[in-house]
Amino acid sequence: MAEKIGVYVCHCGSNIAGVIDVVNLARWAEDTLPNVRVARDYKFMCSSLGQEMIEKDIKDLGLTRVVVAACSPHLHETTFRNACQRAGLNPFLFEMVSIREQVSWVTQDKAVAMDKARALVSAGVHRVLYHQPLEPIFVDINPNVLVVGGGIAGIQAALEIADQGSHVYLVEREPSIGGHMAQFDKTFPTLDCAACILTPKMFTAGHHPNITLLTWSEVEKVDGYVGNFTVQIRKKARKVDTTKCTGCGVCEDKCPKKVVDMVFEAGMGTRKAIYTPFPQAVPNYPVIDVENCIYFQRGTCKACEKFCPTGAIDFNQQDEMLTIQVGNVILATGYELFDARRIPQYGYGRLANVITNLEFERLSNTAGPTGGKIVLRDGVTTPQAVGIIHCVGSRDIKYNVDCSAICCMQSLKFAHLVKEKTGAKVYNFYIDIRTPGKTYDEFYRRILDEGIHFIRGKVAEVTDVPRFPGEEGKLIIQVEDTLAGRQLRVPVDMVILSAAMQPRADAKEVAKKFGISCSANGWFIERHPKLDPVATMTEGIFIAGVCQGPKDIPASVAQGAAAAARVLSLIGKKQVVLEPVRASINQEQCSGCRICNNLCPFNAITFIEDRAVSEINPALCQGCGTCVAACPSGAITGAHFTNQQIMAQIEGILWDVSNRHLVHEAEAVPA
Amino acid sequence: MTDTFEPVIVGFTCNWCSYRAADLAGMARIKYAPNVRLIRLMCSGRLDPQFVFKALAEGADGVLISGCHPGDCHYIEQNYKTMRRFALLKRTLAALGIEPTRVRLVWASAAEGNILAEEIDRMVAEIKALGPLNWKQRMMKDKGHLSAVSSQPTAVTGGAQ
Repeated sequence: MAEKIGVYVCHCGSNIAGVIDVVNLARWAEDTLPNVRVARDYKFMCSSLGQEMIEKDIKDLGLTRVVVAACSPHLHETTFRNACQRAGLNPFLFEMVSIREQVSWVTQDKAVAMDKARALVSAGVHRVLYHQPLEPIFVDINPNVLVVGGGIAGIQAALEIADQGSHVYLVEREPSIGGHMAQFDKTFPTLDCAACILTPKMFTAGHHPNITLLTWSEVEKVDGYVGNFTVQIRKKARKVDTTKCTGCGVCEDKCPKKVVDMVFEAGMGTRKAIYTPFPQAVPNYPVIDVENCIYFQRGTCKACEKFCPTGAIDFNQQDEMLTIQVGNVILATGYELFDARRIPQYGYGRLANVITNLEFERLSNTAGPTGGKIVLRDGVTTPQAVGIIHCVGSRDIKYNVDCSAICCMQSLKFAHLVKEKTGAKVYNFYIDIRTPGKTYDEFYRRILDEGIHFIRGKVAEVTDVPRFPGEEGKLIIQVEDTLAGRQLRVPVDMVILSAAMQPRADAKEVAKKFGISCSANGWFIERHPKLDPVATMTEGIFIAGVCQGPKDIPASVAQGAAAAARVLSLIGKKQVVLEPVRASINQEQCSGCRICNNLCPFNAITFIEDRAVSEINPALCQGCGTCVAACPSGAITGAHFTNQQIMAQIEGILWDVSNRHLVHEAEAVPA
Repeated sequence: MTDTFEPVIVGFTCNWCSYRAADLAGMARIKYAPNVRLIRLMCSGRLDPQFVFKALAEGADGVLISGCHPGDCHYIEQNYKTMRRFALLKRTLAALGIEPTRVRLVWASAAEGNILAEEIDRMVAEIKALGPLNWKQRMMKDKGHLSAVSSQPTAVTGGAQ
């Protein structure tokens, strides 16, 4: 059957018609191009009248293909696909040609614009002849959800989903959920204690009937696609039988081995070799740190086992592999602190009283190693003067270009806490003060009124070498006060470095595991930076919290809830509809060379050993077409972007030149 | 003839960055050379080298390939594959006697309408200086070589199957 094409040229008011002679363009298309049954122009093709015109022609003239020459397909492709569908034509038998963005808006010369518009319309007509009707792919959604990361963003997401009634697996690498927030003292700008607002949520998450808590666990492998992920999780051996343990804490008391706690106490305090990271830990079961346990290192001790009233200690416990089925995944893997040793001139790691922001949080925390007393490393001396350096490792082309977003507010909070608790002189060394959150600037003003010193300048050096009287035994901060235009040496007793938030060291590995993208520095990339901040390019994988980029607690909570809402809406639909623009392999033609196997970043292509052919999982395929271009046997078809369609488009787009040079040649030959 | 010679260039863009860069150039009303005619692919990784040969054989004087910047690919890393493929393509084109400036790869993000427009202007100027490619004609003289490209399906009279 010969195809009947309808070509519709839009005026877009005068946006197109002001440059291109649309009436002539339509007439030319009808007269010249193959299989064009009708070509019309209209003031606004996208208006309901324009769409009805197309629908009527499809029905009355029996059009089998439609081409609209108007604006960019990114604007109205869906509009016209829907119009086709309403008239009973498969929406993929439509092609859109951009003669506004690509011709009338960017070309001055009207004759030249006409030539280009003709070429593009010709390309569309030639291409659409080879379009094939495509049907969307429907996939069932498993209502279970995996949340990776038990910080505040992950907890929030898990709670929202669990409350709605779906089951959540909350995986956390550390022995307890809580994340960085559990380590903090007060939270800005309200100065309510972090634990007071976090621990109730942790408790609820730990005891929710719809949440399976998998702490001290890590995701090993992810297979599948939106609605149907299979996830392998390694439950690391706690060496404690959690079915018997009551969390009484006797084992911890009796354990003779003290270890500096680098994780929860950020190196400021100690824990035992068998430990729960903090008293409100959820779950409240301890874990044995095998590397430091005397029994595991030397073969004797077993004090914990001896004193455990329920016989819960199990030295032979092994890692356990779990396989779970989920429909959606939320990644809330958080951040790690910039290693301040990388800026040697600030002396961190060399000068005892230079500490990081996280160390200060522990120092100031009533549940911390000093009971909340702000003291120097000697454990007794109260500082007389404290310097707080902003932007350590952030807003710096040598380390992290981005702003860490929270350090200004955090430094202001530190200034307040130091002043309140010690009465010390406090100096803030800042580049810019950034306090854009709700009531944040009010907090800044309040701190200004508390008599805190603010010095605008990037600190050059922190040193313990005195040059002037009064500097002996002090840490001297060398800085240029850029507002006063002079060099300063400020002697202090303690320096707090507001170290940057940076992506976790294994962020790229995690991104690869889940098939999502990661920016060059390591933050996970959202589907759209403004309009889709918690979805990723991989359907069914969402991101929340700082793993997406630096942000404060309210923003992390908002993202956790937002990701949960997105997941719940998918679960509510029960099925997800996927665009059929995907690749498929003709197994008759596949030679089994496996060239395509490694090209797919979404792991959509698998090799079937017994038949020696490759196969594409349509639900995993995102339709980029890289494998299609690479297949040496031409066995892979990229739906809606087939070789035939593109070749025809090339022929169409060059309709006016394909024989140009030959004509010239013929003319040049003397008779 | 070269004074009035207006080259025709076929541009292949990815759907996410470079086609959107063209959209943006339009929205910003940036005026640029009208010689490049764009074909949208989902990803620059879809670019089969035979598209380039086909375009040149059909009379194009040059081919522009454009995608997201390395590291920004919508499909994670497929533009790196384009890059690799492009290196090979250039060698093949050189072996066929086609000047390297006629086929080029340009990264343009969705925010870089001006950069795409500038690149197009530069490319058009350079190809104008080179003159027409006349590849079909060259090949016919040097007969036999063209059969490889002209055996592609022709679409002028067909209907979808």
